[in-house]
Amino acid sequence: MIKIGIPREVHQGEKRVAATPQTVLRLRKLDFEVGIEKDAGSEIGFSNGSYREAGAYVFDNVRELWGWADVILKVRPPEQNSQLGIHEADLLREKGWLISFIWPAQNKRLLEHLASRKATVFAMDCVPRITRAQKMDALSAMANIAGYRAVIEAANHFPRFFGGQMTAAGRIEPAKVFVIGAGVAGLSAIGTARSLGAIVRAFDPRSATKDQVKSLGAEFLEINLKEEGEGIGGYAKEMSEAFIQAEMNLIAQQAMEVDIIISTALIPGKPAPKLITKGMVESMKPGSVIVDLAAEQGGNCVMTEPGKLITYKGVTIIGYTDLPSRMAGLSSQLYGSTLVAFLEELRSDSGLKVDYDDQVIRSALVVHEGKITYPPPVMQPALPEPGMASKNVVSVSQSAAGIAVENETKKNLNPIWLILAGMALLLIGAFVPPSKLSHFTVFILACFVGWQVIWNVKPALHTPLMSVTNAISGIIIVGGMLQISGSEINLTTILGAIAVFVATINIAGGFLVTNRMLSMFRK
Amino acid sequence: MKEGFVVIAYIAASILFILSLSGLSHQETARRGNLYGILGMVIALAATALQMNKDSYSILLAALVPGAAIGAIVALKVQMTAMPQLVAILHSFVGLAAVLVGFATYETGQGSSQVGQIVQLFEIYVGACIGSITFTGSVVAFGKLQGILTGKPLLIPARHFINLLMLVATIVLGAWFLHTPAPEGHKILLIATILTGILGIHLVMAIGGADMPVVVSMLNSYSGWAAAAAGFMLSNDLLIITGALVGSSGAILSYIMCRGMNRSFISVILGGFGTESGTVAVESASGEVNAINVEKAAEIILNSRRIIIVPGYGMAVAQAQYSLAEMVTMLKSQGIDVRFAIHPVAGRLPGHMNVLLAEANIPYDIVFEMEEINEQFKDTDTVLVIGANDIVNPGALEDPNSPIAGMPVLRVWEARNVIVMKRSMASGYAGVENPLFFKENTMMLFGDAKKVVDDILFQIRAAV
Repeated sequence: MIKIGIPREVHQGEKRVAATPQTVLRLRKLDFEVGIEKDAGSEIGFSNGSYREAGAYVFDNVRELWGWADVILKVRPPEQNSQLGIHEADLLREKGWLISFIWPAQNKRLLEHLASRKATVFAMDCVPRITRAQKMDALSAMANIAGYRAVIEAANHFPRFFGGQMTAAGRIEPAKVFVIGAGVAGLSAIGTARSLGAIVRAFDPRSATKDQVKSLGAEFLEINLKEEGEGIGGYAKEMSEAFIQAEMNLIAQQAMEVDIIISTALIPGKPAPKLITKGMVESMKPGSVIVDLAAEQGGNCVMTEPGKLITYKGVTIIGYTDLPSRMAGLSSQLYGSTLVAFLEELRSDSGLKVDYDDQVIRSALVVHEGKITYPPPVMQPALPEPGMASKNVVSVSQSAAGIAVENETKKNLNPIWLILAGMALLLIGAFVPPSKLSHFTVFILACFVGWQVIWNVKPALHTPLMSVTNAISGIIIVGGMLQISGSEINLTTILGAIAVFVATINIAGGFLVTNRMLSMFRK
Repeated sequence: MKEGFVVIAYIAASILFILSLSGLSHQETARRGNLYGILGMVIALAATALQMNKDSYSILLAALVPGAAIGAIVALKVQMTAMPQLVAILHSFVGLAAVLVGFATYETGQGSSQVGQIVQLFEIYVGACIGSITFTGSVVAFGKLQGILTGKPLLIPARHFINLLMLVATIVLGAWFLHTPAPEGHKILLIATILTGILGIHLVMAIGGADMPVVVSMLNSYSGWAAAAAGFMLSNDLLIITGALVGSSGAILSYIMCRGMNRSFISVILGGFGTESGTVAVESASGEVNAINVEKAAEIILNSRRIIIVPGYGMAVAQAQYSLAEMVTMLKSQGIDVRFAIHPVAGRLPGHMNVLLAEANIPYDIVFEMEEINEQFKDTDTVLVIGANDIVNPGALEDPNSPIAGMPVLRVWEARNVIVMKRSMASGYAGVENPLFFKENTMMLFGDAKKVVDDILFQIRAAV
């Protein structure tokens, strides 16, 4: 049986833990043995007893736990354990497995360190954002919490109500909140601020987010500059200078008007873009609050001090980097669930298996038996379909890509059928006189063209397609026309004329009805 | 000179037809595609007319003009919900024309060499037989869709055997026909045509109403092959090309429909739902259904932020699409996100629902296909199922014994609330109980789809 170990987090102030009794129970159901460090859950209100009840062994000695476990689950990347005076990567047993947040792009040295231990490491922050992997998407789970908490922190330091009120003692203006970046965290912040009654505006360079922002009841601010900000996998990409300039102007203008700015702008693997200048902070009303969710990556505001709350000319700038940890119970529960889902993905009949063909696993795998495997080779990039009205851009764009891929496979004929068809053609070639063969060539080619063309037709247009092909098949009228010959009435002519008559009904009816149908489709 | 012109015109017409079909791949280009088709047809007719004897123009016009008039009147009069019937009956005309052309060609009796003659006879035979199946099959399909004939599959005992017998007889007759010198064979041809006609009737009679999309597209395919066969008879490349285009188009559509139901083409064609396995152990879902009234439904709808509407054949029957469109506009003005989810085999024709929604002016960018939207039900507050049954049956995924097991379905039950509008508790075309109705988050709203939607609309108006 595979042993899973969950040590207490050693990072200063980190309250989260990689498993709650509930997720331990799920791990036990999957036939894993679970060991947890003593008091690992004390910060989130779970006693050792409750973990024991869920079926985990509780280890007093950390070293013993690291040595016992085949797989270690953690929240933060391994770091120096100051209590023991040893780095956690060295605690990991040789060839051991580790699943945690790693941030491989920023932590090259850690990767090397882990590789020297012959470890196999999966980074939960590298799980791709595809539909299938949603239940393993730890980043989104944390971002959701961070977005909510950002608003709560802002409200805590904002000297007024969020919602407007008419009271006997006078009118209270509603707070105006400006959210930069409408990713998971941004959308969560928008929703929370809206439900507190604030007026919310949001900006995101990815136009696909517009409908999502609107669906949460916020106003979507736009820049009149045509540039699409959606990069690979539904994340934002870096924009051109002209765009950034326009963006900065927009933010500067908003800074003067709004009471609260929540900035969530991040570009994967890059330092956070500096969007809020010192001047903009100065232009804000006293009492305003900025919550910088990008603080860990350097912050969107130049004044942000990561991990700290500062006040500058009456403006509170919150740069906490531990927002999810401030709601450690919920964070641990959600993160623990993504870990369980990930382990389910890894599990095969014979224990745990690293499947290089599994996109989710391959993307998350950063060290494999001492070999650094980050970054993963580029897999088919998901082409996002802009302008889709949906909450989750990522899943939509991914499923669109999935359809495209499926269409490809549909077009590729099964080789067996190709061989059979080839043999049938050979037979025909052997028996049919050459004069007819040229017609046959035409026939086969036309079938092929039809095959290629029809697959591209959208399912929504299948009925019009059918009625137009129906009209076109009225071409049999040509056959009838060729039979009408001479002015004298004989059987052939009569048959031909009837054929022409019925085929004409077909042609006229088919085209007209198609036209009627198509004129109804509108955007 | 004239020959050359005709060939060029035929090439142009063929290309226009191909452009027409590829134009239909997107809504934006679809109307242009239709125009290409019309243009191609006009060119083809003009070029053919040029080949004809000038004296026969009067006969041609006498056939052409009333035909066009009838076609135009039918096309402009028909209700959009009656589209499947119209398409079916139009297919029958192509089949009939193919049969007539076959006979006419036979009467002319050309063919130079011995081998050439046999090949031509073969082509005539195949053309007439396919045309005949298409004709009678389409007429029966029309009758079923129009409600003249019962939608239930007619399953005579040993029907597979009968079909096989007719097929063998057709082949034997064909061999005989090929070796009978030209003028004497027409009796054989007539018998074969009638025989295949009966085969067409029998085949379509055995297919249930839910499989009609497959049947209609299959008949579409046949009408194409019939045209192609006529092209071979007459050595006319335009007919061959066009027939092949239409034939492969119909074949692909049939395939897509079958995949939508996770059934093999063969089993659909042989008819009857789940009849292959003999006895079907349908575990009848049971329990209490949660019936609600219109007021409650309106309240739930108004309290939702995200709504997905799943229309089915019931919506088409009740003509509820206009009321529905009005409700959508109303809800959208309240800031509620409304979308439509269309199952590939919803309705009685591929793409049937899309046409109806378009008719009611529902913008197509809020109408999504199953693959696009299936993941999103779990983030949805309320799903409205309107006159759909089998396509939202969780049994297809959960119960391996279900006759529709494995059929991809819309996972509506993942939403917070599901409101099912239905006339009664009767099961769908597949005759399968739907466990969806008994789920905890499912509410049943009984009544005619149009009336129910109208009533909800009234409640919503009153509330906002």
